[in-house]
Amino acid sequence: MKIIVNGCGKIGTTILANLVAEGHDVTAIDTNPEVIQKLTNIYDVIGVCGNGADSDVLQEANAKNNDLIISTTSSDEINMLTCFLAKRMGVENTVARVRNPEYNDKSLNFIRQQLEISLIINPELMAAHELFNLLKLPNADKIENFSVRNFEIVEFKVREGSALDGLKIYELRNKFKAKFLICAVKRGDDAYIPHGDFTLMAGDKIGVTASSSEILRLFSEMGMKQSSAKKVMILGGSKTAVYLAKRLSSVGNSVTIIEKNRNKCEELTEDLPKVLVVCGDGASQEVLIEEGLASVDAVIALTGLDELNILISSYAYSKKVPKVIAKINRQELIPLAEHWGLDTTISPRKAISNTVVRYARALENSQGSSVETLYKLMDDKVEALEFSVKQGLDFLNVPFKQLKLKENILIAGIIRERKTIIPSGDDVLLSGDKVVILAANQRINNLSDIIR
Amino acid sequence: MNRKMIFYMLGKILELEAVIMFIPLITSVIYGEKSIWAFLITIAFALLVGIALTLLNKPRDKTFFAKEGFVIVALSWVLLSAVGALPFVISGEIPNFIDAFFETVSGFTTTGATILSNVEGLSKGIAMWRSLTHWVGGMGILVLVVAILPTDSGRSIHIIRAEMPGHSVGKLTPKLRVMTKQLYLIYIVLTAIEVVFLLFGGMPLFDSLVHSFGTAGTGGFGIKNDSIASYSPYLQWVITIFMLLFGINFNLYYLLLVGKLRSAVKSEELWTYVCLFTGATALVTYNIYSMSTNFAEALRNAAFQVSSIMTTTGYATADFNLWPGLSKGILLILMFIGACSGSTAGGLKISRVVLLFKRVKSGVKHMIHPRSTEAVRFEGKRVDNDTLMGVLVYFAVYFICFTSILFVVLFEPFDLETSISAVAACFNNVGPGLSLVGPTGNYGVFSYISKIMLSFAMLLGRLEIFPMLILFSPSVWKKRRAKS
Repeated sequence: MKIIVNGCGKIGTTILANLVAEGHDVTAIDTNPEVIQKLTNIYDVIGVCGNGADSDVLQEANAKNNDLIISTTSSDEINMLTCFLAKRMGVENTVARVRNPEYNDKSLNFIRQQLEISLIINPELMAAHELFNLLKLPNADKIENFSVRNFEIVEFKVREGSALDGLKIYELRNKFKAKFLICAVKRGDDAYIPHGDFTLMAGDKIGVTASSSEILRLFSEMGMKQSSAKKVMILGGSKTAVYLAKRLSSVGNSVTIIEKNRNKCEELTEDLPKVLVVCGDGASQEVLIEEGLASVDAVIALTGLDELNILISSYAYSKKVPKVIAKINRQELIPLAEHWGLDTTISPRKAISNTVVRYARALENSQGSSVETLYKLMDDKVEALEFSVKQGLDFLNVPFKQLKLKENILIAGIIRERKTIIPSGDDVLLSGDKVVILAANQRINNLSDIIR
Repeated sequence: MNRKMIFYMLGKILELEAVIMFIPLITSVIYGEKSIWAFLITIAFALLVGIALTLLNKPRDKTFFAKEGFVIVALSWVLLSAVGALPFVISGEIPNFIDAFFETVSGFTTTGATILSNVEGLSKGIAMWRSLTHWVGGMGILVLVVAILPTDSGRSIHIIRAEMPGHSVGKLTPKLRVMTKQLYLIYIVLTAIEVVFLLFGGMPLFDSLVHSFGTAGTGGFGIKNDSIASYSPYLQWVITIFMLLFGINFNLYYLLLVGKLRSAVKSEELWTYVCLFTGATALVTYNIYSMSTNFAEALRNAAFQVSSIMTTTGYATADFNLWPGLSKGILLILMFIGACSGSTAGGLKISRVVLLFKRVKSGVKHMIHPRSTEAVRFEGKRVDNDTLMGVLVYFAVYFICFTSILFVVLFEPFDLETSISAVAACFNNVGPGLSLVGPTGNYGVFSYISKIMLSFAMLLGRLEIFPMLILFSPSVWKKRRAKS
């Protein structure tokens, strides 16, 4: 597919890199010639230097022959304008990044309809949402939702002495009452979709699919009961922090935000009446202790610097804070953070590029059974895809045990009329179902790709 | 340095060369010549070494940078020429390896300088191979590799940059592979059109193919001792026009192809090219009119020679050695200027010369108004300082290399005109020079040292100096830190 990415900052570049890896024809637009120079040196893309909201620039980028434009400049308004112009010039699908909290849902919806923007993405809001879910279930390192809220993939690490340590997959059903499926395991640098006689070991990172209630049950059966975080300390008053604090305080949690910049603190106080805003340096241990680091349930480091986030979090981890989450945008730093005991990290950049990649993939095969949701698990080695099953699929109504699936493919769950089914060999796919597929080390575009 | 990647690419190049060599092999088979064996042996050798290299060096890590791009290009061209010389040696038609190497380098770099005094004595297969090297070298063998090989990394742009002539290589399509395929498609179609035109004028198929290859790559190897002179005026005009066409930036053809006629016609470089051609042709026609039988002949010879030298092809329809000093001088100057960047021609390239003049102009203006701020514009866009600096540096390095090579060649017992024009003709990938190396002469008179030097000059000229120079930079060859 032919795609234009306008604005190649951090997020734009991440999206671009992912789209190139997916094999799309990408045109990059940026006002800075150096950025364009650098991008064309590393990625197989064509660069156009200029403002994407300028119709001449869009023409130079050959907009009318493109199928999708993604605008991620730092200005929301330019993004919207670019999408609007591109749409008028014949780009079928438009994606704009809009992240100013001043635009509320209603006004955004209005803008979206009026400018005919296909999708508005807000990385900060998505990150806040992800954080909120993680705080509800602090045992998990990562939680991904599918189109029906009641079905999740949860990632967590098998710790030494855990009930799972040394168990074979087929023994799980006897040992636990909870209905769940271990769908992916990462050991060292390799990711597997485990067979029945796979033995779990301490240190493995595992992915579990189940409905939300079953996951809670699993954790309690494993003796890892941990209630959701009530007292949360957030470091850095970024946009993500604002969204998260709003959401947390609205359900009655106590939130403290520590922010260095005084002006920003005042803005925060104004926007977030229920939140305690402290003006101080989050990197200073004294400030942290004074504000009650020892008594909080969770610490979330959301400053703009990945390195600082890692340092603060590892300090909090050493002070035995039950749940520590660091925002890390640079992928190469994540293994380093894990090395220091920080298993839970979030990356708005990655979340957003997953969304865009999924959108592009769904556009590519809008005829067949299209991709509804796509997540990358286990450090991007495994993909979880949700497809909606349509009439005309070759293997409708065929029991799974008769299907010849490809290597490293797993049917992880079926969602049928809001009910979640953890599939066994006798289950079948029906038209209208949603099905979650896991694929390790390969790319699936279409539901029919899973059959050998 | 990603050595595995370099050797892997070299292996691929050898495999590709072996495949390409099937064309002269088939020619030999058709004409039932003894050179079949020369090609069979070379193909077997190239395949064996190529496959061994690719198998032994399958790179896990495919990332590479500009440095590796330069080294890959420089080494492949040397290797390509060395292996390409084998058929000449094995068939015994050019028994000496250094002579054969010179001839092959001259072929791949699209120079067209020959050491043979009697080209008509070559067998058809060998003659085909000689001309085919022009065609392959013209667009670039690594461009072909990128077009054919699936590479998932965007880094191949470094290879293309190092191989494609011109001060900047712009992408036309998002995917490099698609672009290189388009370029080769345009190249093939243009060549085919020329073949048809030549056939139409009554040229035999074999001759048409050989001359079209020579024109397309702006090379200049022919199969007649008097080059093109014995063909009809119609054929001479066809070749004149096609030489000019192959001297135009191929990006413009692409723009035509996608229907952007207006931006193609607006090209500043194209107009400078056309003006230079018309001006030089007019002057030379005026200058040689008294020597010719009629105006038509004078115009035809002038246009042919100007177009041939300017696009650095090197075909000849007249012995311009006998022309007056003004005409010879114009031709010598045109050798240095060359044709458009992004074409198959050699020389400094018109875009560079234009930028150079514009920079000089703004420099002079700056001396008069020291506080003025200046912007150099080209093709309707402001040229950034890095590009300008690059052009200036290239110009300086160009003349340093030129004089150094000239200094070595001056030791030969020939007149100054021979030496200067020989170096200029090789360095700019033209082919024939003046005096002893003029259209009727050849490079066989030079000593082996000069031949090696001139081969080096041709490679420098074709790859635009830096890739070859970088081979001699010690920091490129430093080993990676030992694994602890």
